[in-house]
Amino acid sequence: MIAPELAIPLALGVPIAGFVAIWLLDKQPNLREAATLVTGGALLALVISVFAAVSGGARPEFTLVEVIDGLPIAFSVEPLGALFALIASGLWLVNSVYSIGYMRGGNEKHQTRFYMSFAVAISAAMGVAFAANLFTLFVFYEVLTLSTFPLVTHKGDANARHGGRVYLGVLMATSIGLLLPAIVWTFVITGTTDFALGGIMADHREAVGPIAGLLLGLYAFGVGKAALMPVHPWLPNAMVAPTPVSAFLHAVAVVKAGVFSILKIAVYIFGVDFLRDTGAATPFMWIAAGSILLASAIAMHKDNLKARLAYSTVSQLSYVTLGAMLATQMGVMGGAMQIAAHALGKITLFMCAGAIYVAHHKTQVSELRGLGRVMPFTFGAFFIGAVSIIGLPPMAGSWPKFFLMLGAADRGELIIIAALMVSSILNIVYLLSIPVQAFLKAKPGAAHDFEGAWYDGPRFDAGVEGPVKPRKPGVAEAPLACLLPIGVTAAGSLILFFFMGALYDFLTPLMGAG
Amino acid sequence: MSLIAQLPVLPIIIPLVAAPLTLLLPKPRLPWVWASVVAWVTFAACAWLLATVASTGMISYHLGDWAPPLGIEYRVDLANALVLFLVSGVAALVFAFSYHSVRAEVDAAQTPLFYGAMLICLTGLLGVTITGDAFNVFVFLEISSLSTYALVAMGARRDRRALTAAFNYLVMGTIGATFFVIGIGLLYQATGTLNMADLHERLIGQDNRMVQAGFAFIVVGIGLKLAMFPLHLWLPNAYTYAPSAVSAFLAATATKVAVYVLIRFFFSVFNFDFAFIGAAFTYVLLPLGIAGMFIASLAAVFQDDVKRLLAYSSVGQIGYMLLGLSFATVEGLTASLVHVFNHALMKGALFMAVACVVLRAGSHSINAFAGLGKRMPVTTWAIILSGLSLIGVPLTVGFVSKWYLLDAAFSSGHGYSGFLIVASSLIALLYVGRLAEVMLLREPPSEGKYAFPAKEAPLAMLIPMWVLVIANIYFGIRTDLTGGIAQRAAEALMLTAGGAP
Repeated sequence: MIAPELAIPLALGVPIAGFVAIWLLDKQPNLREAATLVTGGALLALVISVFAAVSGGARPEFTLVEVIDGLPIAFSVEPLGALFALIASGLWLVNSVYSIGYMRGGNEKHQTRFYMSFAVAISAAMGVAFAANLFTLFVFYEVLTLSTFPLVTHKGDANARHGGRVYLGVLMATSIGLLLPAIVWTFVITGTTDFALGGIMADHREAVGPIAGLLLGLYAFGVGKAALMPVHPWLPNAMVAPTPVSAFLHAVAVVKAGVFSILKIAVYIFGVDFLRDTGAATPFMWIAAGSILLASAIAMHKDNLKARLAYSTVSQLSYVTLGAMLATQMGVMGGAMQIAAHALGKITLFMCAGAIYVAHHKTQVSELRGLGRVMPFTFGAFFIGAVSIIGLPPMAGSWPKFFLMLGAADRGELIIIAALMVSSILNIVYLLSIPVQAFLKAKPGAAHDFEGAWYDGPRFDAGVEGPVKPRKPGVAEAPLACLLPIGVTAAGSLILFFFMGALYDFLTPLMGAG
Repeated sequence: MSLIAQLPVLPIIIPLVAAPLTLLLPKPRLPWVWASVVAWVTFAACAWLLATVASTGMISYHLGDWAPPLGIEYRVDLANALVLFLVSGVAALVFAFSYHSVRAEVDAAQTPLFYGAMLICLTGLLGVTITGDAFNVFVFLEISSLSTYALVAMGARRDRRALTAAFNYLVMGTIGATFFVIGIGLLYQATGTLNMADLHERLIGQDNRMVQAGFAFIVVGIGLKLAMFPLHLWLPNAYTYAPSAVSAFLAATATKVAVYVLIRFFFSVFNFDFAFIGAAFTYVLLPLGIAGMFIASLAAVFQDDVKRLLAYSSVGQIGYMLLGLSFATVEGLTASLVHVFNHALMKGALFMAVACVVLRAGSHSINAFAGLGKRMPVTTWAIILSGLSLIGVPLTVGFVSKWYLLDAAFSSGHGYSGFLIVASSLIALLYVGRLAEVMLLREPPSEGKYAFPAKEAPLAMLIPMWVLVIANIYFGIRTDLTGGIAQRAAEALMLTAGGAP
């Protein structure tokens, strides 16, 4: 087993090596894809070794370089970071398999550039996960933004340009305009940006007290990747990207890096106690709750499947923010679990959306009626993913909702509990309706088709000699490389439900000083 | 008489003596070879000087062995050693870079003159920086300015508008120099000395009309030279129509040296007891710095000429330096010095990249950059990386500058200006983003004025350019040289000025 101290730099370095390999193998697509998969496998193995060490109580550290006095690029892995790294690297591998099926199935252009950007992005996500201080987190946060830009604009047409402009504009504007000053301000007040259990603000109560709310606001909106309304528009706009990119943005790395940062800042910079005592988090708790409901409401009348899923993500991300802003132990626990559960559920939904597009070029929800019988596997998986996102047992998504409600109950915020319940109902309406319609409703125009008609004799068609073969609703699924990952993540959603206890134990140190 | 004892004078003597010799060398290659070799030797001398000063402290050199305050003194401390290192380093790279670019943009008959003028200009800039004599500053300032007017005018072969740009610059630059020398004259009247250290001693406690007027003249005079908003009107045209190599050289050095002179006068000639200085910080540098940051940056967004875009961006970036200065704290001064250094790296690289495009496309209109990613990928990535640096993305020098500036803003109680700094960097995001989008996401035109074959610039241009681009990243990760020295220099300057440490 590799030493975890060594595994940290390797986890950042392996994708970069993969980046170079992909570049060199530009002309040999099979080898190039092999490079991606080998990178993904190696990365996952490294992260698992770090994860195992952390779960054994170790806190591996690694310092790369000291940039400015007191500001090193340094890494230190704690449970939350290990969890995020595990999710990101695991789903990256799954997503890579899926990408290969999708990109080849769709004959997309610039595939080498696509995989190269992906490799840099996952390396940056690892940097975010392992960051030992805010400065390091910020560095990799920005790298993640920039490396995903070519992915978002992959198609290169006017739509993609516009989407890319909004994506980069919102994420850079919030991170440079709000997050960076917040970090420097924190540094000036406390003299450090290190993550420390219990928060670094607690010792500077006098100085931080009056501006705690302002500072928290800078962080909450500065981490634009957490898509707390109103800094969410980048997410729906990034929908112009190919579906594997959407899956990457929504489940694997980008938004997860955002909510991960929010949780990390709440727990390790402010400290849960500090947030609760000063009451600084209360307004943001309400903003998060509002964001949950509003985004769901918008999602309900989106007919474009990916747009609907995007707003669903905005809503689901605010669950994590809400967990942080509840400033209770159970809230933090619920938020952390939500990162894992939502990742598995949402990546399933996106990969299903992509499979539908690859196999049948359908993008609108209203076009999916009756498609369930053609793509039973895909829509079955979609159903599982949707149930998990809604939060119904026996899917992983039910636990975070449970813990968030516990957290809200701890604070006596009944309205928050009500909001969570209403949100789940809205989720049922806009998510579950999709597979239900696909399976139960007939295809548009099916009444005029052969099946179900009273006449069952041989049929003739103008211009065709002899009887026409009755058209059966034959199964037409996406390529296997697309289906396999969908099966893995859908099964994962189910399995995680039964192992949430282990995850709870793993995350318990987070609440140590809370 | 060892060479080490004469070290401080070498950066001046070498290019000054070498300059006329370029005229005797046969065209087209030798003047360039000679000038480049001289620039590199000068750089070596400056690097040596920096190392010496960093280890042994301030060096005072008496020219012709005439003791100051009567004789001219060269006074090298960390602040100007850093600027000398920067100017000579950028010069060495630009000289090496310039061969193909100059051949394409300057009359063949003028090449020896061109390199001669470049060397003279370098002498002037280094002289301004190294000298400890106020009048000597004026002399060198004029040496560098006069040669610059000629260099800008040499852009006339490609575009006749270079002539009016040079003339405009000449008028404004001369007004600036005149103001400056009037200011020096008034100070001389008040104190009877021209040596800076001596001036500093004798100005303590003096606060009369003559000193005030002298101070005002000096600030306005240098303000013109450093293109302080709104005295920047000469700069966009001069940078746009000058030969590209000259733009790269000037953008990276000339205004930086002027900023240094301003710092030197504020902190080493005047002192913080002089009431006017506080007023100048609060009512002149701070508002004008902020105005420049926003107005000039916004102007940059709407330029369709990339050189002009970068020129306006420079005016905006100078705003950051003035803002850092105006905090009048060690942190602010450090930030200012760091940004002087870092901005030179960014703009040097960017103007060099534009020179590469001009060489191949024959134009610096933004239309010539359409689809550049496909036609000149190596140049395109140089522009993108230095552009990211300009925005202030982590792992680049731009980020280090922003960090120091924000740190200074928050720790000096000017928290609001921290938000103004980041807000104006977002404007940089707009103009850099626009350029990047044109280069990466547009299709290259296949016919018409802006069509040209896909071909990279020659290696002789790419290598110096990429050295600067890599410096942008290296100094964004290692700040011992920039941040470390700038901080020590700032502490020393604050100590002389008598401000709170």
